[in-house]
Amino acid sequence: MSPPASGPPASGPPASGPPASGPPASGPPASGPDRAEWETVVGLEVHCELKTQTKLFCGCKNAFGDEPNTNVCPVCLGLPGSLPVLNAFAVELAMRIGAALHCEVRPSSFHRKNYFYPDMPKDYQISQYDEPINVGGWLELPDGSRVGIERAHLEEDTGKTTHQGETGRIHAADYALVDYNRAGVPLVEIVSRPDIRSSAQARLYVTELRAVLVATGASDGRMEEGSLRVDANVSVRRAGAGAFGTRCEVKNLNSLRSLGRAIDYEVARQVALVEATGTVVQETRHWDENAGRTVPLRSKEEAFDYRYFPEPDLVPLAPGSDWQERAAGAVGLLPSARRERLAGLLGGAPTPQQVDQVHVVVGQGLDDLIVAAVAQGAPAGLALVRAANELAADIGAALALDAGTFGSVVEMEGRGELTATQAKAVLAELLAAGGGDPAKIAAEKGFEALSEGSLAAVLQGVVEAHPEEWARYSAGEEKLAGFFTGQVMRATGGKADGKAVAAELQRLRQ
Amino acid sequence: MTADGSDSAAALADAVRRGERSARSVVEAALGGIAARDPELHAFLHVAADGARADADAVDEKVRAGEDPGPLAGVPVALKDNLCTRGIPTTCASRILEGWRPPYDATVVTRLRDAGAVVVGKTNLDEFAMGSSTENSCTGPTRHPMDPSRVPGGSSGGSAAAVGAGLVPLGLGSDTGGSVRQPAALCGVVGMKPTYGVVSRYGLVAFASSLDQIGPFARSVADAALLLEVIAGHDPKDSTSLDRPAPEVVRSLGAGVEGLRVGVCEELVADTAPDVSRRVREAAEELAEAGALVEEVSVPEMRLGLSAYYLIAPAEASSNLARYDGVRYGLRVDAPDVAQMNTATRTAGFGPEVKRRIMLGTYALSAGYYGAYYGKAQRVRTLLIRAFDRVYEQFDVLVGATAPTTAFAIGERVADPLAMYLSDVCTIPSNLSGHPAISVPFGAGDDGLPVGVQVLAPALCEERMFQVAATLERSAAARARAGQGEGRR
Amino acid sequence: MSEPPALGRDDVAHVAGLARLSLSEEELDTFTGQLARVIDHARDVSSLDVHDVPPTAHPLPVRNVLRTDDPCPGLDRGEVLAAAPDVEDNRFKVPRIVGEAP
Repeated sequence: MSPPASGPPASGPPASGPPASGPPASGPPASGPDRAEWETVVGLEVHCELKTQTKLFCGCKNAFGDEPNTNVCPVCLGLPGSLPVLNAFAVELAMRIGAALHCEVRPSSFHRKNYFYPDMPKDYQISQYDEPINVGGWLELPDGSRVGIERAHLEEDTGKTTHQGETGRIHAADYALVDYNRAGVPLVEIVSRPDIRSSAQARLYVTELRAVLVATGASDGRMEEGSLRVDANVSVRRAGAGAFGTRCEVKNLNSLRSLGRAIDYEVARQVALVEATGTVVQETRHWDENAGRTVPLRSKEEAFDYRYFPEPDLVPLAPGSDWQERAAGAVGLLPSARRERLAGLLGGAPTPQQVDQVHVVVGQGLDDLIVAAVAQGAPAGLALVRAANELAADIGAALALDAGTFGSVVEMEGRGELTATQAKAVLAELLAAGGGDPAKIAAEKGFEALSEGSLAAVLQGVVEAHPEEWARYSAGEEKLAGFFTGQVMRATGGKADGKAVAAELQRLRQ
Repeated sequence: MTADGSDSAAALADAVRRGERSARSVVEAALGGIAARDPELHAFLHVAADGARADADAVDEKVRAGEDPGPLAGVPVALKDNLCTRGIPTTCASRILEGWRPPYDATVVTRLRDAGAVVVGKTNLDEFAMGSSTENSCTGPTRHPMDPSRVPGGSSGGSAAAVGAGLVPLGLGSDTGGSVRQPAALCGVVGMKPTYGVVSRYGLVAFASSLDQIGPFARSVADAALLLEVIAGHDPKDSTSLDRPAPEVVRSLGAGVEGLRVGVCEELVADTAPDVSRRVREAAEELAEAGALVEEVSVPEMRLGLSAYYLIAPAEASSNLARYDGVRYGLRVDAPDVAQMNTATRTAGFGPEVKRRIMLGTYALSAGYYGAYYGKAQRVRTLLIRAFDRVYEQFDVLVGATAPTTAFAIGERVADPLAMYLSDVCTIPSNLSGHPAISVPFGAGDDGLPVGVQVLAPALCEERMFQVAATLERSAAARARAGQGEGRR
Repeated sequence: MSEPPALGRDDVAHVAGLARLSLSEEELDTFTGQLARVIDHARDVSSLDVHDVPPTAHPLPVRNVLRTDDPCPGLDRGEVLAAAPDVEDNRFKVPRIVGEAP
């Protein structure tokens, strides 16, 4: 939706003239205008599905991936006579988001946004309009820049439409099928101010916002499942100009990659347009990921007349200060603090690789597992690596994993009881099975790694059996280390840890 | 016993509870009456004979087993066909809902069943409750029980006629701008609209959500009170349902009006036909006789009610009726794409009055006009509420006419929507303010057809309102015995 | 206060489109006449200066009506789909959709 007073104001001549055609499908023109002359202005609207048990206005399950039309009732199907009742936990999560984004919580109300579309059971959407629950605020990005937040309001999601036909694309489809499981799922729409100045910053904003939403417990942040959806308001202006250019809203940005590509494309298109014709036509455009271009959806004149009016079936919402404080208190650590906490655990200056890993685990909400594992005695660096790689690869299962179990695996690896390969295999098994006893899984897989004592005993035996080679190795013939390792592996049936063998060889030689 | 000699709902329930009459025999008698009389009246759109018999048998089983069968044990009830009934067709007298059987019961229906009442059928109405005569039904009009050439009023004309003709002792309707009170007045029965939020709207097919309330029809004030107590009370499924117990109206019936300050509202008298306004003044005199302090009062803001209502109600309706799009239930008229299918379906499925109101409401909400129409009507609504607040500092209740005239002829106002809308001029203010109001039969007009006197009360003052209504009913009965104001029988 | 313009034929055609209703030329004339009379009658409201009066959306001052986030059983899918005009693959089937949702 386009709430009042969001995004850059439209300026310049009234929208008219020939329909805008973009640069060729291959992407932004290579020999384009001098980009340094132009400034990119972006405001983002992010729709976030809230992680509640039930829908916004009825007790139907809020679940992704269930059989079609199994989570429906008279309310979310819009059956005649049904009435909405607001989910208190959705309000709570909206206030958590507001608190995390430094917004002010205000008394709010719901409106009806009227338009016909088959995925919307009542043919109106219940949304907050001129009185949103969260107003004002900002998000600080890891690079230190701040993006202003206009508002973050509650609304209901629509059902899911599948276009059927030759290509599955809208315009070529023969008919469509509708599943209302998603209809009525609670959303918070977070509208940024037009403070973003590049596609890279836009990506950074969404990445950081996503981490905030995950950290507050409001969202699972899964863009690929559509629980986070982004629309971009893009305009350009000459560097140093005060007024904003005419904006276009770009829809269908389903990944960070499409967000960045779409903004770059749109900026190039608009710059070319202004340089050629002096104006941009205000319109809504659709990002075609395959073609790598935006295409016009509708012009300002064709904009919908939504006939907003106060939703008479709901009463105003005015959370008391005690509830607001409770919600704010439940926000917990924000991503920046979480990243600092991990850095503290790692000790010293983190490597660039570790910085990336820290962003991954905080973004996925896996950092609590690491903190718990370290508290249990696991080495921090190893816990970070395993979380950023093995856990992040199966995020759904990882978030359900018991922290103690994860800690045990990392500890075993840290003590050399499991090799890296074995630790990965045990983790994979735990994630697949939804938990278990790491020691038992290791035993079942025959991963009984040698204790340090028995490794020393085995190596001692090997050395005694090969005195000539040992003498040469002791004299500095390094390549014989491989020989001894091989002998140890043969003696232990491959259960010894290569690194541990190398260390023991060094110790024995000195 | 009610005035016309038929059994009251209270008496029927007592007899069934004591095992003196079986619920089944009561229901069979009602079904027999409907079969005999309804072909002429057309009060019913659907008679749920099998279900009614089964429900009656279940009540009798409870009586035999010594369980409490509820305060309305075995009492036949007729429901306006915009109340959702599980498995029983609910059409709103619209082609667009032909054949739709809701998968759930309205909260009032659940409460009726829990109280032992037996739903015998669904009654005719103006399509989606939009109208004042029950002529806007896709199945044709209901006829007045005393004069088949006249309308029973509307939009709940089917329930009013069914109760008025003695086919059932109780009925439910919905009142958005007077749709219970006005047909009650025209048919000579009691009809009331509760304070907004006293009765759950869950399962009432919405017309104008901020105005709609479900209300009872009965042949006596006492029966209306009994029915209100059963259907009222908090419902967590309706966000606008008030979190308080049902008003204790039955207990208040005998309290009289001694010392009550009654305002005769000039705006609810002046614009009515002379035979109607005469009855209202007589009613006021009777209240004074009974000890009330009666004075004339003017509430000029009421005159703005009609216009405000005909902007707000259609605006909400235009949105409430968007869902009839041919996708999920009801009628579909095929077309090559979904927008054309929506249009073809809605064009074929809605009657002219519904189309008029949808377009009027769409206009009142559309870009550029919201402020001048819908927005302004909402501010006028505030003015009206403030005026009521002011007048209720001086008065405990207001009285006036329920409808400007007695029952008019079928076809008389069909061609002129504005003339039809004026039928609601006396009832609309209470819907805009959310206050309760009741219509009590009080004598007849020059044509011998019933006149209703309306009692209006402040929010949540149903008890006081029923006190006054019961007094008026006793006066009307006494006058009828004395030969004053006698109408047709 | 400036009064809103009278309602004309174009307005009726426009709102009929918004409301997904199609009108014949004759209906358009009839409805325009009827609706114009109602809108004209509404001048007693539309011409009032009430900018300092707050609007009333709800007749009674109730706020914060909420429910707990507890799941409750929904409807049986078979029953839901049985009411639909057209169904395929357990979903509601509609003719092709031209244009995207807002």
